[in-house]
Amino acid sequence: MTALAALIRRDVKIALRVGGGALIGVLFFLTVTVLMPFAIGPDLALLTRLGPAILWLGALLASLLTLDRLFTADHDDGSLDLIVMGRAPLELACAAKALAHWLAAGVPLIVATPVLGLLLNLDATATSAVALTLLVGTPALTFTGMIGAALAVTLHRGGLLLAVLVLPLSIPVLIFGVAASQAAITGPLSFGTPFSILCALSLVSLVVGPFAAAASLRHGLD
Amino acid sequence: MPLIDLANPTKFLSLTARVLPWLAGATATLLLIGLYQAAMAPDDYQQGATVKIMFIHVPNAWLSMFVWGVMSMAALGTLVWRHPLADVAAKAAAPIGAAFTFLALVTGSLWGRPMWGTYWEWDARLTSVLILFLMYLGLMALWRAVDDPSRAARAAAILTLVGALNLPIIKFSVDWWNTLHQPASVMRMGGPALDNAFLIPLLVMAIGFTLLFVTLHLAAMRNEILRRRVRSLQMMQASQQAA
Repeated sequence: MTALAALIRRDVKIALRVGGGALIGVLFFLTVTVLMPFAIGPDLALLTRLGPAILWLGALLASLLTLDRLFTADHDDGSLDLIVMGRAPLELACAAKALAHWLAAGVPLIVATPVLGLLLNLDATATSAVALTLLVGTPALTFTGMIGAALAVTLHRGGLLLAVLVLPLSIPVLIFGVAASQAAITGPLSFGTPFSILCALSLVSLVVGPFAAAASLRHGLD
Repeated sequence: MPLIDLANPTKFLSLTARVLPWLAGATATLLLIGLYQAAMAPDDYQQGATVKIMFIHVPNAWLSMFVWGVMSMAALGTLVWRHPLADVAAKAAAPIGAAFTFLALVTGSLWGRPMWGTYWEWDARLTSVLILFLMYLGLMALWRAVDDPSRAARAAAILTLVGALNLPIIKFSVDWWNTLHQPASVMRMGGPALDNAFLIPLLVMAIGFTLLFVTLHLAAMRNEILRRRVRSLQMMQASQQAA
């Protein structure tokens, strides 16, 4: 338990310090959101309608951007081999690393959402709906993305492949995340239905992700 | 001959060499019968002659999911039993499955134009099959990204099993989301909703296409085994020259 806690503390610390680049994700999120009005046009009514989709897409791309740091840095300096050989089960170690990644890279995205919602003319209900769906949905993005990151680290130069492998798996999360936030803002549908499916997706990925990532690390690194 | 002998690639090659002509013959016969029956099938009272696209479209769509199922079995064979032919089977199946998925998408969109008035509609079934196609392509890219076949096999096997979670979503997408694509009408509770005039040619075509997959798959597996032999011979030659 202390080993896993130490792993989480270490990963969060590295990610937040200079060169770690977790906050680059927030900067990227901001840039994507700012680019949208330039592409769509500064029509505030339209931006309000597209707001949840823009925010979700930005968060998805930002979390994808930071994913390949999840294992590569440890692989480069050799600490990944120590983690694989360590006494803590590799599945739990992978879960701990993903949790640390989510704390350092996912939570800042959620914190940034209200500010970005202002830029897109979202009201308080809409912003809180998007933030809430992101809070439940981004763990799913991290934990399924971890599978791709583990596959990519065992193949050299797998960075671009990571995006190709992970994006199809993250489409359901995107669909239900946006559906739930739209339902809270306009929809005739209730907020609860897509939101509970989103929670279910997160829970499934919490179970599947660490096992698949640990298996691919074990098979890939020998 | 016991089944375990199939694990020996040489035995597999000699057995498939004998079986393949018969399989190919059976495939051609069934597809010809199916196509004839499909051509003779009556026009639908609503859809007219375009209903015949179904006889190509539905088997392709079934096989797009069936092939992923076969690859998931092979993935289990790779990861659990380290069966020497399992990764050959998985690797050979991926391009064939991608082709079936692509054909299902193309015929579906050609059918959709006269029926729904659009080539493409972002409904649940179409979107989930498109995701399946993307996953096939990603898997093929993963196979090509690693130069050592056995490591590539294990990485691809993990991704195949994760992707298999998508299959039930595709199967039930038409029941869960009430969208443009028609709900399940053959494999459903309470028996098929199709008339026999359509059902029989459809089943013949489905079996024909499945046999086509088996034939192509065995042939592709033979190619893959031979390709690996050539590769190991080349490696041996290179190491001899270096020594």
